[in-house]
Amino acid sequence: MEQTTGKLGEDRTGSAPAGAPPPALLRVEGLTKSFGGLQAVNHCSFDVRAGSITALIGPNGAGKTTVFSLISGFLRPDRGRVELDGEDLTGLGPHQVFRRGLCRTFQIPREHGSMTVLENLMLVPPEQLGERFWNPIVRPRAVRAQERAIRDKALEVLELLTLSHLRDEYAANLSGGQKKLLELARTLMADPRIVLLDEPAAGVNPSLMARIREKIVQLNAERGITFLLIEHDIPLVMGLCDPVIVLNQGTKLAEGPPSIVRGDPRVLEAYLGGQHGAVDG
Amino acid sequence: MGMGDATLAKSLLLALPLWFVAARALPARLPWFARVALGAAAGWLVALAVTLVVPSGQMAYLVSFAIVGSIYAVLALGLNVQWGYTGLFNIGIAAFFAVGAFTSALVTTRMPTGAAAAFSQQAFGLGAPFLAGVLAAGVAAGVLALLVGGPTLRLREDYLAIATIGIAELVRLVFQNERWLANGPQPLRGIPQPLACLVRDPGCGWLPAPLAALFDPLTPRDYTYVYLAIATLVVIVVYVVLERAIRSPWGRVLRAVREDEAAAAMVGKDVARVRLQAFVVGAVIMGFGGALYAHYMIAIDYTHFDALYATFLVWVMLMLGGSGNNRGAILGAFALWGVWTGAAFVVDLARPLLAAISSDLPARGPYLRLLFIALLMLFILLYRPKGMIGEERFVSRDSQGRDG
Repeated sequence: MEQTTGKLGEDRTGSAPAGAPPPALLRVEGLTKSFGGLQAVNHCSFDVRAGSITALIGPNGAGKTTVFSLISGFLRPDRGRVELDGEDLTGLGPHQVFRRGLCRTFQIPREHGSMTVLENLMLVPPEQLGERFWNPIVRPRAVRAQERAIRDKALEVLELLTLSHLRDEYAANLSGGQKKLLELARTLMADPRIVLLDEPAAGVNPSLMARIREKIVQLNAERGITFLLIEHDIPLVMGLCDPVIVLNQGTKLAEGPPSIVRGDPRVLEAYLGGQHGAVDG
Repeated sequence: MGMGDATLAKSLLLALPLWFVAARALPARLPWFARVALGAAAGWLVALAVTLVVPSGQMAYLVSFAIVGSIYAVLALGLNVQWGYTGLFNIGIAAFFAVGAFTSALVTTRMPTGAAAAFSQQAFGLGAPFLAGVLAAGVAAGVLALLVGGPTLRLREDYLAIATIGIAELVRLVFQNERWLANGPQPLRGIPQPLACLVRDPGCGWLPAPLAALFDPLTPRDYTYVYLAIATLVVIVVYVVLERAIRSPWGRVLRAVREDEAAAAMVGKDVARVRLQAFVVGAVIMGFGGALYAHYMIAIDYTHFDALYATFLVWVMLMLGGSGNNRGAILGAFALWGVWTGAAFVVDLARPLLAAISSDLPARGPYLRLLFIALLMLFILLYRPKGMIGEERFVSRDSQGRDG
């Protein structure tokens, strides 16, 4: 209830007392997943610091998207553990993971095509009164009041992500970049603690990308949302993220600030297969 | 007992659905009581005009046409929840329809006694009122949906299709072979007609005298008018309840699951639960449709619930009217039932022509009708995939841009 009616911009309580080392909001331990004979993720462990914008990079087939699916409950790990703020998420379904404050987006946007942009957003808040079959019939006023609050919130999110002019458009008619924004907007409807973005820059034109990037920074700074993002656009990663986690063959290869990681010979080896040179996209 | 006296009672019974339609068609600016009053007046005037103008023989035909149309409308509304809004591929509508029909029949009839018991068997007979029969029909169909949907809805949608075909055949075979249950291959007879006292002497004891006097001129032959009022009332109630639910967040979640399950799960919706709910709600409505059918037919047996009439036609109705639109489902039911019965006339008229082509063609007329419906279905899918009235752009009531 409170989540659905809460206004944007209300402060989220930071969990770290000043001075202490920043705690891990998301902890991945020994995650392992194979499909048939293919070992997609292999004893992968890493932490995502609360309040950070962390990047997950690696060559094609490194297992990045599989890790996302394992964290967000779309796949069940063969072994290993996922913890959010100390709570075990392993084995929960995607909707249960979502309700604990972890949202993900997809590499290829998955919008609800024949619903309007506004309805795509209004769908998101959890535990809406009107989601129970009888409530709209038995308690129409309460349902309607809540609908208005959700609608106002959706309009605010659209405003924030500069999608207001598209609110009554079918989501299927949006451009690739606008769909990426819509996915980001959806995660904001839920007041998430951490957002997992799968290639937010792929297929997005540069000016729209600048806007997405700006919004990520703004949401991170103003609302304390932690981001973990998969990205192939190396300049974007280097400018936006700290730390950077490098994945190779399903396991963590390196981790550190972007300046260190980009010079790491193991990383160059993984990306370029032995030909030394700078990783600069 | 002149014809003129019965006209008033008949027109009042006919006015009920017209009243609802007229009240909804009036502009929303008017206050609700004005719409109700004007709708009642307009509905009754139209009903009176129709009753006066149309000869009573043709009128009787039209009334029974509208009753069957209403029963199909209920089935199409049920399918619309499952397929239109949620994307559940149920091709075993006949199962839920049959379970509803037989349940209501068993609940409302009495156990046969004496000589009749030797010819007619049934598992039980409670002699309960019509309304109890309808509710029990919904519950029984809903329970069947829970049993079928629980294990199959988690799988890909083609499995649900296969499972529902199987269940429909199974249910039909059970009612065909289990004599103890509902008289097996023989019809289960004596299903009571609700409010039949309106057309009988001495009339309904509970009715206030002025109303009793009003309905007094009706004879048992006019019972279909009473039943039409009941059937259309069921359509109206199901429609209103569904519209409320569909235009609220419940319907939004259904449509989200239909569009993309993974994305719906991503925003925290319990997809398996949503699918099961939609499946059960749709099945309950189909069960109501079964009850309506049973009390109209008075006697039912397993042959009434074959895949053609009880599943295929309902699908074409929904496709024709507009999947994902409750008004479309109702419109499609009446329109297709019109086409289906009209095609029988056409085939009949074309007998000489058919005979000229081939001597055994006239005997195969009914199959031509089926061919025609199949062609119609193809035409809809190719050229009019959204049906006559498709899904609206703004379904959630309060998501519309009324203020800036």
